[in-house]
Amino acid sequence: MDLSAINPVLLIASLMVASTPILLAAIGELVVEKAGVLNLGVEGMMITGAICGFIAAHHSQSVTLGYIGAAAGGAALALVFALLTQFLLSNQVATGLALTLFGLGFASLAGQGYNGIKAPTSYRLDIPVISDLPVIGPILFSHDIMVYVSLLLCLGVWIFLNRTRAGLILRAVGENHDAAHALGYKVVLVRCLAILFGGACAGLGGAYLSLVRVPQWTDGLTAGAGWIALAIVVFASWRPDRLLIGAYLFGGITVLQINLQLARVPVPVSLLAMAPYIVTILALVLISRGRRSSASPAMIGRPFHATQ
Amino acid sequence: MIRLEKRPTHSHVWTWATPLIAVLATMIAGGLMFMLLGKDPFATLRTIFWDPLFGQHASYYRGQLLIKAGPLILIAVGLSFGFRAGIWNIGAEGQYIVGAICGAAVALAFYPAAGWYIFPLMVIAGALGGMAWGLIPGILRVRYGASETLVSLMLVYVAERLVAQMALGAMRNPEGMGMPGSRVISRYPAAANTEIFAGTGMHWGVVAALIAVIVAYVALSRHMFGFNIRLAGQSPRAAAFSGVQPGKLILICTGLSGALAGLAGMFEVAGPAGRISIDFGVGYGFTAIIVAFLGRLHPVGILLAGLLLALTYIGGESAQTAIGLPAAAIQMFQGMLLFFLLAFDVLTNYRLRLARPKAKEVA
Repeated sequence: MDLSAINPVLLIASLMVASTPILLAAIGELVVEKAGVLNLGVEGMMITGAICGFIAAHHSQSVTLGYIGAAAGGAALALVFALLTQFLLSNQVATGLALTLFGLGFASLAGQGYNGIKAPTSYRLDIPVISDLPVIGPILFSHDIMVYVSLLLCLGVWIFLNRTRAGLILRAVGENHDAAHALGYKVVLVRCLAILFGGACAGLGGAYLSLVRVPQWTDGLTAGAGWIALAIVVFASWRPDRLLIGAYLFGGITVLQINLQLARVPVPVSLLAMAPYIVTILALVLISRGRRSSASPAMIGRPFHATQ
Repeated sequence: MIRLEKRPTHSHVWTWATPLIAVLATMIAGGLMFMLLGKDPFATLRTIFWDPLFGQHASYYRGQLLIKAGPLILIAVGLSFGFRAGIWNIGAEGQYIVGAICGAAVALAFYPAAGWYIFPLMVIAGALGGMAWGLIPGILRVRYGASETLVSLMLVYVAERLVAQMALGAMRNPEGMGMPGSRVISRYPAAANTEIFAGTGMHWGVVAALIAVIVAYVALSRHMFGFNIRLAGQSPRAAAFSGVQPGKLILICTGLSGALAGLAGMFEVAGPAGRISIDFGVGYGFTAIIVAFLGRLHPVGILLAGLLLALTYIGGESAQTAIGLPAAAIQMFQGMLLFFLLAFDVLTNYRLRLARPKAKEVA
């Protein structure tokens, strides 16, 4: 065991990398849930994004095209969810599960022949002088662009939900779809757009895994990250600012767990690998305690049909 | 312009017709998918759905069918109770794994003793282990309001790490020359879950699945318990007035589905799978969700749906060897089946009306 091998600066820097995929997926799901829709298919959309992004990036050797492909792939799968739940009024829980089962199969099928290939190198922010600053440099200024995109996205969603009229409409649809409908807002349209945005974000999160975090394609690469993103939305009580904290806390646990493995702490590797999931359960319990999810959008999971 | 019009009650015809339509639609879409993969769609569909039942080697495949269908049916029957009541425990895969670990633990603890009591003890341990794993999300839901869906799923990933740890550590075969994996339980006579009639695939897990179907049928259609479950799912308020305690119901449903999934895992580890290995979980817990929905959460429907999904596994495997169909194609096929089922389900609750937008509504 050698705990001195753990460098706190690198730990924090890698924490941001570990948190980014979950942050991306969770911020998308937050918007979806704010619109009153529960899409449990995040894991499926994430892994679809991971393989679509990887294939696009591999063939074009362009990471940017990879992310675009990933967002498109995630949104395409989300479109199926939107059609089923918004137009065919299917059960959202079951449809989300179907999305995950289908997405896992699709990714595994599409990913055949890509196993073990390295992803093209991501563009890193590298500002001379600033990136070389002792502690701040590696923590704040030496990541690839997506880390900053995810932070901006988080800020953007906060501004959208709290400071814009469109955000107000989206929240109204999520809190009371009948009233929103009576006021003339297009409930189904708002929800479809939110679902597509959520799918695109989940796709980006998946691509971050396959292009930066891992960075190659392996089957079952997301390993529950999508479900953790769902849990973090609950943990954050549907607030973008808390979502950021939640994702970074979670990323911290993941990175710490890996560092402890590398430092040869005398605890079996598989038990350390359980830590993120157990911490997620504990976080869910702590946050749900007593509050009875009063913070959740009121219409979450309820189908809307105009003639009812 | 097609409009949906809410039906006053569920359409019984469509409730049972939609699974059939969904299967047909999946076959068509699946055929297109196989074509995109460069396979002859008709030959592929025949290899998957016809040959295992009526082809040359059907007698072998029919046994395999029961072996695969057993765990799916057992798990899906358990899930159907919760789903009917609106309790979304979807972590059956984890409960299945933990049941297998507990069952194997008993077998390995007694090794190499011989005794009639070992196998029954394993059955009890498997059921209790699965039940305990299933009760964790149930208890956390009842006591703290934590989402049983997310907790039960997190526990799947925990269980996967746990079984890997067991295969590498505590349960590793001391005579296995350091290779991961436990002793082969299916070759330990006192603990093996053997075929009851040789060559039929009929092992104790299949028997348990059939018993579960019958018991569930009686409980759901002839017993107050089943009525309460349906009531809780359809109208929680009405259920509360009729004296149903939601907390108790959640614990019963999660415990019950956990126990059945645990049993499935235990029968699997002592029989077809044979031993605890790193990748013991193969997704039965997730496929059983499709089985439960395709079977309309009805025991008899689940029996049929379990056989059908087992057929996709068996046929899929033979299509892998015969025509090189990728294994993942079958997983995608199963996902598609659930999509189509959910899509066509709209017909059970709504009528399609071809209509122009009515002018009268504009007040």
